[in-house]
Amino acid sequence: MSFAFTGDRQKRFNALLKIYPDKLSVALPALHLAQEQEGYLSPETIEALAEMLDITPASLMDTVSFYTMFHTQPRGKYLLQVCHTLSCSLAGADKIVDHLSRKYRIKVGETTENGRFTLLKVECLGSCGTAPVIQINDDYYERVSPEKLNRILDKLP
Amino acid sequence: MSEYQPILIKHAGQPGSSTLEYYLTHEGYRAARKAVLDMSKDEIIQVVKDSNLQGRGGAGFPAGVKWGFVPRDSKWPKYLICNADESEPGTFKDRLLITHNPHQMIEGMIIACKAIDCHLAFIYIRGEFIKEAALLETALEECSMSGLLGKGIFGSKYDLDILVHRGAGAYICGEEMGLIESLEGKRGWPRIKPPFPAIEGYLRCPTVVNNVETLSNLPHIINNGAEWFRNIGASPDSPGPKLYCLSGHVKKPGVYEAPMGTRLRKLIFGQAGGTPEGRRLKAVIPGGSSAPVLTADEIEDLKMDFPSVKAAGSMLGSAGIIVMDETTDMVQACYNLARFYAHESCGQCTPCREGTAWLTKILSRFTQGRGRREDIDLMLEISDNIGGLVDFSKVSFGKTICPFGEAVAWPMRSFLEKFRDEFEAYLPKEAAA
Repeated sequence: MSFAFTGDRQKRFNALLKIYPDKLSVALPALHLAQEQEGYLSPETIEALAEMLDITPASLMDTVSFYTMFHTQPRGKYLLQVCHTLSCSLAGADKIVDHLSRKYRIKVGETTENGRFTLLKVECLGSCGTAPVIQINDDYYERVSPEKLNRILDKLP
Repeated sequence: MSEYQPILIKHAGQPGSSTLEYYLTHEGYRAARKAVLDMSKDEIIQVVKDSNLQGRGGAGFPAGVKWGFVPRDSKWPKYLICNADESEPGTFKDRLLITHNPHQMIEGMIIACKAIDCHLAFIYIRGEFIKEAALLETALEECSMSGLLGKGIFGSKYDLDILVHRGAGAYICGEEMGLIESLEGKRGWPRIKPPFPAIEGYLRCPTVVNNVETLSNLPHIINNGAEWFRNIGASPDSPGPKLYCLSGHVKKPGVYEAPMGTRLRKLIFGQAGGTPEGRRLKAVIPGGSSAPVLTADEIEDLKMDFPSVKAAGSMLGSAGIIVMDETTDMVQACYNLARFYAHESCGQCTPCREGTAWLTKILSRFTQGRGRREDIDLMLEISDNIGGLVDFSKVSFGKTICPFGEAVAWPMRSFLEKFRDEFEAYLPKEAAA
């Protein structure tokens, strides 16, 4: 299975190559684009992107493995990222993690059998004033409680 | 003294405040126009130097002085990067500025670009801020359509483009050299300084990295002058409006704008409504998690500006104020931060990579009731080995490439020294004897 950008992503990638003063600087935007399309970054995807950027797959993997937002394994349709750094911890983040863990019968780092939810604990999401905070895919949900989370999660398509 | 009127977040919460139309009806881009059409580079730098605007990202370095380091006659392109990689625990002001008033920051960027002769600038925003990145894209698009960015801005001969660049989840990318490496498509491993970015930054070209809040101050300085700015706050040594982030055990957590030098007690018990249920205040981290923790007694008369907080043995940093009341278990809080630093250490320098992991392991054992008496001093020693300063006569050197080492060591040391009794209380009976 080789990788190629689909839809308008190839156009967006080409545009990036034009505006950045250096090809390698396009690495992060390109990885975001590819992950948005595929859901995660497979070895084939990384290999194809490395070729587009004129670097070795190992070099690109060096970058990929550094960042928490790049996933090299498939994950659930919904990525539940609970912040558990100090301010969220003081506001009860651990209760949120326990609640989700019980609700979906998964441990942190695991995905439900039906492939809907992956549970992760993350470090500071930069929303300490509205602790505790959870990020579900692209969206922040703030001042969450187990009840509020149930209402949010049970409505997801 | 009359009631302080917010300057930076004046429009927060107003419908449509993030749009160009709204911004233009509130004197938007007047300062950028003036900077581009009527002011020389030197004039802009001088005004910012005179204003004594100190960097709002954490280090507090004077912005105008930083710009002055950029070589005048460099044959290389010069770059400006807006640091929107807000990740310091306790800090959440930049997100507010971007969400409610992105154009104020963009206008600041135009002014800074003119000052250092930059024609391509970047906004490096943390990867998790997906919505905010999209909002910035929209704002930049609006500017391009209106001739505020692109070829010949404001009808001058000056070209300027700004790109939004998303990070991908790494605290260290908020450190300017880590950020630059990340922007270059690599892992965010800080480079040793000197050379400083102003000499050799992005693609080895002169580069200035300024925080969102620093840049957001610039339009006001250009519009109202340096003296106006210096007169805001308790002391001209550390002036201007300031966004204070209050979180933890307060009734009304949030971002509050107040003049520099506002008393910390006023922020906690005034603006933020005090501790819940009138509980006793135990400790406060005044400047983001990297700042040494202060006890309730130590903040009694503390003014929140760079020199005052430094004199109190901590730092203003990013003004991320984390409030902890009497219900806080300081050992657990210390463990939480140690774990954060162990997770976020970039792994480049041995003292930091290994030391943060050791601290976390020891604290994990400690919180499970398996601590040893010698652990407390051992943790102090490890902290010193990560971020203690070595004094070679007059110049102090850290032990790691970037300030992350000190950012671990200072808070750790302060927790261990000031709350030693709480650590001792965790010792099992046989160890405590």
